Amino acid sequence: MSDLTPRPRRRLLLAAPLGVAALGGLGFWYMLSGLQNGSFNPRGVPSALLGRTPPDFTLPPVEGMSHPGLSSADLRGLARPVLVNFWASWCVPCIIEHPQFMALQAEGVPIFGVSYKDRAEDARQFLSRRGDPFTRLGADPPGRVAIDWGVYGVPETYLLDRQGIIRWRYAGPITAEIMNEDVKPLLRRHA
Amino acid sequence: MIPELGHFALAMALAFCAAQMVLPMLGARAGDARMMAAGQPLANAAMLSVLVAFICLATSYAVNDTSVANVVQNSHSDKPMIYKITGTWGNHEGSMVLWVLVLTLCGAAVAAFGRDLPSVLQARVLGVLGAIATGFLLFILFTSNPFDRMWPPAPDGQGLNPLLQDFGLALHPPLLYLGYVGTAVTFAFAVAALIEGRVDAAWGAWVRPWALASWAFLTCGIALGSWWAYYELGWGGYWFWDPVENSSLLPWLASTALLHSAIVVEKRGALKIWTVLLALLAFALSMLGTFLVRSGVLNSVHTFAADPARGVFILAMLGFYIGGAFALFAWRAPSMVPQGVFAPISREGALVLNNLLLCCIAAVVLVGTLYPLFLDLVAGQMISVGPPFFNLATLPLALPLIAAMALGPLLPWKRAALWPVIQRLWWAALLALGGFGLALALTGAKFWPALGFGLGLWLIAGAATDIVDRIGLFRQGARIALTRAKNLPRSAWGAAIAHAGMGVTALGIAGMGLASETLVALNPGQSTRFAGYEWRFDGVRDAPGPNFTARRADVSVLIEGQVAFVMTPARRTFPIGRMTTTEAAIRTNLMRDLYIVLGEERDGGAVLRIHHNPLAPWIWLGAYIMALGAGVSLSDRRVRVAAPNRRQAAAAA
Repeated sequence: MSDLTPRPRRRLLLAAPLGVAALGGLGFWYMLSGLQNGSFNPRGVPSALLGRTPPDFTLPPVEGMSHPGLSSADLRGLARPVLVNFWASWCVPCIIEHPQFMALQAEGVPIFGVSYKDRAEDARQFLSRRGDPFTRLGADPPGRVAIDWGVYGVPETYLLDRQGIIRWRYAGPITAEIMNEDVKPLLRRHA
Repeated sequence: MIPELGHFALAMALAFCAAQMVLPMLGARAGDARMMAAGQPLANAAMLSVLVAFICLATSYAVNDTSVANVVQNSHSDKPMIYKITGTWGNHEGSMVLWVLVLTLCGAAVAAFGRDLPSVLQARVLGVLGAIATGFLLFILFTSNPFDRMWPPAPDGQGLNPLLQDFGLALHPPLLYLGYVGTAVTFAFAVAALIEGRVDAAWGAWVRPWALASWAFLTCGIALGSWWAYYELGWGGYWFWDPVENSSLLPWLASTALLHSAIVVEKRGALKIWTVLLALLAFALSMLGTFLVRSGVLNSVHTFAADPARGVFILAMLGFYIGGAFALFAWRAPSMVPQGVFAPISREGALVLNNLLLCCIAAVVLVGTLYPLFLDLVAGQMISVGPPFFNLATLPLALPLIAAMALGPLLPWKRAALWPVIQRLWWAALLALGGFGLALALTGAKFWPALGFGLGLWLIAGAATDIVDRIGLFRQGARIALTRAKNLPRSAWGAAIAHAGMGVTALGIAGMGLASETLVALNPGQSTRFAGYEWRFDGVRDAPGPNFTARRADVSVLIEGQVAFVMTPARRTFPIGRMTTTEAAIRTNLMRDLYIVLGEERDGGAVLRIHHNPLAPWIWLGAYIMALGAGVSLSDRRVRVAAPNRRQAAAAA
């Protein structure tokens, strides 16, 4: 097969793995140096939206759920700080953080959910099985709104103050520690 | 004293490995037999030194030496002895020591079993293995020393992640490391072949057993990890496409491809360059996994405590080994002349197809795992890739792969016709179609599980056809067939067993597609009906453990009013680290799993999540059958007496 290809092309082809590996290595090196100086963070804590209001959007409710949907209008002029949580039923870490949300909801903190790239049926099943912490729940099957928010991956959670300004963002599951050490103090500070 | 001894042993191992890297290589270059011969004793000495270091570390864990920082961070005096010892490799530093121990063990094995190898090739392989071990020992000694002391000693340890206090997970890392390190040996063979500028049939014969062994360990390791996730995490799932899972799947895919292409090199002398590339790739992917998991660039629930400084070191090592090997490849591979012409429809052709599809799947998984990272880096855009992508993208590649898996072994070498093979497989096709139709009818037209049943049956029947055909069961009568079965090469048996194992796994996955579950809140004495059983909740009680407290529920499972058995799902709370784990109760009869998770308790009652998972154990059973196939193939006579082959091959060529 390959003896039919002219020799320079074959040489180039055999050097391709080196090229790919070198490019990949360079990319990883940038990521690591970014990790060290804080410009690259896979958990994406410094969001471009911090200190600003979220972009305009309107999301329909999840089919078959009694919750209203979610739009940017719902996030202005709030009575108290809220959490906006991007999640999906296929997302394993979402199961880890779920009990924390159930506990927080029991304390009366409103949690707005965005069902990210999920089927309505699966989302409903997830919530009926594990409990439903959300007061509003928007459906974002194509993930467009998530892109506007700069969501890295699910689960991802934003904390908005009473003016609807994004104050805090966390990519990854909200564990009990993060709930107690970050979320609750922030909720008190912005109350 | 013991930690210092361990530290010293590591430093000594570094010296031995550095010598093992330099001396045999120089000897092979200069043709100096004495320098080449130094490789064997050096490999043994390095292995013994790392073994001493590992025993020292395990001892520190066993006696709970709280002046050793690593022990304090990961252990506790209350922990059962078995988990104190397995805790040795349940953390970053200890697992690196285990990694190097396995690597040097492989080096010693190449030195011991490789006496039949030409001394130049053996010297180069040992040199490359020495180079890899040197890099990892430097990494351990400079960035992650497990023997660091702390002053004053802590009163007691901080405990180990309770999720990791589990027997399955204690065995999981060593098995995976055996697999990863096995790819290091094939990598060493590939680099040695590139330096030598020669790949021949005998090289294929030497590489194949190592590839097989590493593949078998990887298979077991991945299966064990998936099984652990199934019973310990309490989610009822078995594969989550988590980046860490993916990074163990990638080397598996590459070594599956390598395993098959090495056969072509061995039998037909073709696909040499490609096989060398696959050997390099398999190791590159296992190193990439190590890098991703330990550097913190990936966002995963499984990762070790991440440290970018370590990441820089691993990346530098990756650059040196992988970059160096690919550079060597780009330089030397063009001078290797392609040989061995074959028609597209032939055994070789089928193996090429297998390689193409496996590499495509690997590429899809790799892209899915890395794409979010690189897109973030290049475009500043953040996206997420989840199971929907992986399922959608790998399925169209896996289907033809499985379809061709049953055909391939029946095709003759060089040139074949498809039709006679299909004729021999008619009953397998009939069985598969029947299974598909029956499953469709019985499950209420669930397409994907039914397709899984059909494909699983197709694979098993295909493997059976292969064996029946080779021994001529229906053509020559049982007596002759039995003698022929005895004389059939073990590698043929191994291949058939492994392919059938894949079929069993496919059946298990299909069965899991039919899994059902229910969530019920019951008060003591109440019962519910689900999946044909009556489930009676008898109450919850306290069940103290060695280093945890637990709430344990008793659930009686009744068949026709009679208590058949009692299941006891529990929830454990670990006071050290304040963590809770669910202990799912699983009752299996190999045809289905009954699986109960204890949820929250409400005024005397409790929430129970009950799963009915048909054929779930077959997923892992199939994986162990695949590994068994590899073991049978490894016991083949040709593997053990591969040495004279090079002379024969040279004479033949």
